[in-house]
Amino acid sequence: MAEIAQANGAGDLDTEVMTINIGPHHPATHGVLRLVVDLEGEVVRDLRPVIGYVHTGIEKSCEDKSYWKVIPFVERMDYVSYFFQMEAFCGAVERLVDLEIPPRAKYLRTIFLELNRIHSHLVWLGTTALDLGAISMLWYCFRERERILDLFEMATGQRMHTRYFQVGGVIEDIPRGFEAKLRSFLTDMPIRVEQYQALLDRNEVFLSRAKGTGIVPRERLLELGVTGPLLRAAGEPWDLRKAFDYLAYPEMDFKVPIGTVGDNYDRYRVRVAEMVESVRIMEQALDGLPEGPFIADDRKYVLPPRSELSTSMESLIHHFKLVTEGYRVQAGEVYYSIEGPRGELGCFVLADGSAKPARVHFRDPSFVNLQAFKDMSVGSYVADMIASLGMLDPILGGVDR
Amino acid sequence: MPDAPGLELIRGEIEQDHPGAVLATSFDRDQPALVVDPAQILAVLAWLRDAPGQGYRFLSSLHAADYLPAEPRFAVHYELLNRDRVERLRVKAMLREPSAAGPVTGEEQLPEIDSCVELFPTAEFQEREVFDFFGIVFKGHPDMTRILLPEDYVGWPQRRDFPIGGEPVTFTYNERTYG
Repeated sequence: MAEIAQANGAGDLDTEVMTINIGPHHPATHGVLRLVVDLEGEVVRDLRPVIGYVHTGIEKSCEDKSYWKVIPFVERMDYVSYFFQMEAFCGAVERLVDLEIPPRAKYLRTIFLELNRIHSHLVWLGTTALDLGAISMLWYCFRERERILDLFEMATGQRMHTRYFQVGGVIEDIPRGFEAKLRSFLTDMPIRVEQYQALLDRNEVFLSRAKGTGIVPRERLLELGVTGPLLRAAGEPWDLRKAFDYLAYPEMDFKVPIGTVGDNYDRYRVRVAEMVESVRIMEQALDGLPEGPFIADDRKYVLPPRSELSTSMESLIHHFKLVTEGYRVQAGEVYYSIEGPRGELGCFVLADGSAKPARVHFRDPSFVNLQAFKDMSVGSYVADMIASLGMLDPILGGVDR
Repeated sequence: MPDAPGLELIRGEIEQDHPGAVLATSFDRDQPALVVDPAQILAVLAWLRDAPGQGYRFLSSLHAADYLPAEPRFAVHYELLNRDRVERLRVKAMLREPSAAGPVTGEEQLPEIDSCVELFPTAEFQEREVFDFFGIVFKGHPDMTRILLPEDYVGWPQRRDFPIGGEPVTFTYNERTYG
């Protein structure tokens, strides 16, 4: 062997650094992400994510739409957590116009946000386990995701991009039979989570690929602005649902799961534990779901009920005005942030007094968290880099907007 | 959030260390904001991060806005967060468009501000994004290039005077017309 190597002029078997391009179209990059990687043998020496392949200019398009028409646009940024985008935007506008939403709307929003969180984590778990070779996980996760999408469809009419949240509340009350269907899902979900753990937690291949890989110290993550499960896996109990007062979260009793080491295994454990906590939140929200209106009664911002249009001239005028021009918002600016499935999802809305926002900006957690990918991967093997990317869970629609 | 008097206290303390750094304060919709002289932005951010009793160590978001037709028209927003006291504070640096101040000299003049990547490494992508969309140059940034748009893109699309929808769709079908 050594003779052959010497004959080829590579006596000491050193390898030189080689630059490799991964993506943008690659099944393991979870979207249209391109990675320019410097490899020394199989070890990553440097890494640069190249993004922007699915940039669609949503933020610019929003400036040309009246406030209520912006909602379906922002949903399509991070296409896995659309309810969160809606809540960030609607919440920001509600703070701009100083509109209090009724308690029932708060609870309904909380329920759908947590359903969406489970949905998002299921997509993450399925695809990431697929990357690590556990192909069957994808089918199990998507089986449960299907039930969530059925619930979305039942309440909103759409499986994805539901446009369910409105400025002032939600567009419709939940239909009859929804609660029973949701409760049966909530009964099953913790059992399913246990089954996922039974499949993965003692799987030697999964453990050896997840444990001890992709570690970034907590201080470095904070410097890089990383939030969400990635930060919590490193042992920092920071959750905006606990820290700030929004929706029905102050009234909910739930735990914030955190990790100890901050490796890929902890990231997996934290997300799986979060799914169970989301189930608990939804159970409490269903138990305490208040009666009353599901949308605010301020006709300057909220469409009047359909039944009133044929009897009340006032309502017809309001309806016409809201649908054609929309409502004007006094000049001002608001930054509103919520805990998305990937971390702090912030929405900045600048109003200039007209019926269209002057600027809508989303602080997308995937975009900011992606900066930590270099720290997670440099010095590790390519295979661990793929595992870290899966555990980072970037949604490229949110990164590029 | 620091309340309105608390915001004035912060302003007073900054004034002691960096006279003239804070140009104005605002307390709108329960959200406190400091308007800061762009030349002293790093000093103020470092003070808010490190001064005892402040501890705004987490930069949640960095974004820009165009206030056209107001002058100065651009603003870079720093959404700071104190995670111990759970308080947010917005720092704004208003920037003038250089061509409005002096004669136009062929090459496009871009507004400039110091980069805060040294203080907050999280700002790296976000400053590139602001440069990409508003043409605001962050001096001292390690890699001041476009991030989401193609490298050869011309123009700063998030500025308010950039038209919406004037972009030809680059399918091969359109190449005869636009190619």
